[in-house]
Amino acid sequence: MKILVPVKRVVDTNVKIRVKADGTGVDLANVKMSMNPFDEIAVEEALRLKEAGKATEVVVVSIGSDKSAETLRTGLAMGADRAVLVKTDAASVEPLAVAKLLKAVIATEQPGLVILGKQAIDDDSNQTGQMLAALLGWPQATFASKVVIGDGTVDVTREIDGGLETLQLKLPAIVTTDLRLNEPRYASLPNIMKAKKKPLDETTPEALGVDAAPRLTVLKTVEPTGRTAGVKLGSVDELVAKLKQAGVL
Amino acid sequence: MATLIIAEHDDVHLNEATAKALSAAQALGKPIDILVAGHQAKAVADAAAQLAGVRTVLLADGESLANRRAEPLADLVLSLADKYEAIVAPATSAGKNVAPRVAALLDVMQVSEITKVVAPDTFERPIYAGNAIETVQTSDKKLVLTVRIAAFPAAATGGNAAIETIAAPADAGLSRFVGAELSVSDRPELASARVIVSGGRALGSADKFQEVIAPLADQLKAAIGASRAAVDAGYAPNDWQVGQTGKVVAPELYIAVGISGAIQHLAGMKDSKVIVAINKDGDAPIFQVADYGLVDDLFTVVPALTKALAN
Ligand SMILES: Cc1cc2nc3c(=O)[nH]c(=O)nc-3n(C[C@H](O)[C@H](O)[C@H](O)COP(=O)(O)OP(=O)(O)OC[C@H]3O[C@@H](n4cnc5c(N)ncnc54)[C@H](O)[C@@H]3O)c2cc1C
Repeated sequence: MKILVPVKRVVDTNVKIRVKADGTGVDLANVKMSMNPFDEIAVEEALRLKEAGKATEVVVVSIGSDKSAETLRTGLAMGADRAVLVKTDAASVEPLAVAKLLKAVIATEQPGLVILGKQAIDDDSNQTGQMLAALLGWPQATFASKVVIGDGTVDVTREIDGGLETLQLKLPAIVTTDLRLNEPRYASLPNIMKAKKKPLDETTPEALGVDAAPRLTVLKTVEPTGRTAGVKLGSVDELVAKLKQAGVL
Repeated sequence: MATLIIAEHDDVHLNEATAKALSAAQALGKPIDILVAGHQAKAVADAAAQLAGVRTVLLADGESLANRRAEPLADLVLSLADKYEAIVAPATSAGKNVAPRVAALLDVMQVSEITKVVAPDTFERPIYAGNAIETVQTSDKKLVLTVRIAAFPAAATGGNAAIETIAAPADAGLSRFVGAELSVSDRPELASARVIVSGGRALGSADKFQEVIAPLADQLKAAIGASRAAVDAGYAPNDWQVGQTGKVVAPELYIAVGISGAIQHLAGMKDSKVIVAINKDGDAPIFQVADYGLVDDLFTVVPALTKALAN
């Protein structure tokens, strides 16, 4: 079985972003970029399934500019076999368009399982996996904390509001990752070198026949109204007095 | 045309998230129906009918809708979609699971986790873990929205909507519910609690977490939350995680115990009315958002606070 893992290049999780003063967006100039952390978890899970003999090939896919090739190389260095870059210079490719592009890639790749991150930490949309499942007519298991491949099926334990839930899906299927699924490996130096020689194919939205035009217009982007630091108190009694004063006890 | 809200429930109780989504939906200015999709969920439909400002409650009751698996639920919503201009779900784990599936089937770009309705086609939503707020306008003919529940008040009760029974969809058999391990607790729900006590990595073990955090939470009739680090380490269950990728809460009082205040944690609690931080490191970023801080060892301060409150 082939596993496809879509990966997104996003602002590194440790960067404190800055909103542009003129309200036109977030300042991404000279900011460290990395693979979306949930996608790293997805790559890791695919690799573990391959190492356990449940999958034969792991293909990473990204949609974005030339720079997304770096993110694909990260996936290859972790251990993926091949990469596909859907190249576009569009400033924003929304989840619906991403899902359509992935569907087109899947038509040729024919994977048995697609593992995605549950959300990208830039737009925080939490949509792509569910949308892809809908477009393909495949079952979905979002927010996975455990994935067990069976005979033509996959059992997925999901993190839900009240605790955990397990679903069994018929393959082919869509899984999206949550934080507890695994801890992604770091790529070793030899593997980073090897990754440079692994195949990375390129295509475009036009070649895939997908209209990736955005549906949403961002009118403005602002900083949230911030909180200011309050006071440090000397004792528990002072704290109790303050909380009583604030009327929250 | 009208707005359809997908109710959040467990077949027995209507979750308050529904009433909060209703507040957001009211701002769209259209008649509102609520869909209760479940199995033996009549009591939920009765509760939904009592929410103020609801036109009709649609009750789809059948085995395929038990546990709200995305595939049959999305099929059901899709079959109703012709009659609605907007489809709204609370941004709970069930809402986030199904709404994008519906949106894609309608060829609509969903607007996720709205925090404000600016106009019926224009919304505010947080991005980058809440470090930026984006105002977006949609050009789609239909709307699919999820609503950040901490950002809206619960709509009032006192309504008396008609309940209309509709057919449950057939199950295409793509997925099957195997089982669930749900936390049982007498405490208030994290998402709607008035007071939350949250513990972090500093607690050091599941036993200590319980021993230190639970008595304070009991004293305050509070829900218990946790940082990702505490959940990852197994001190607290996954559904207690507060943050960018966990639950977003906005209680009257949030007490962060042994939590450093990483961006991702702040994303989930910085809209709380009053924030208290207890941390032995005076430079911890949590103090930048805390109204009141105690720079001290939690293992002495928290029991002392619990005792002081008991008096
Ligand atoms: C993709 C992604 C998503 C994430 N999502 C979330 C999320 O939703 N929610 C979340 O919380 N995190 C999230 N994180 C993790 C986040 O970045 C932090 O790692 C995490 O919040 C840290 O948890 P903590 O504050 O408990 O631990 P630490 O950062 O280790 O802080 C422990 C604190 O305890 C204090 N301390 C230690 N001993 C004592 C003592 N005896 N008394 C008093 N204080 C003491 C220390 O001074 C320190 O400040 C995410 C990370 C990533 C990459």
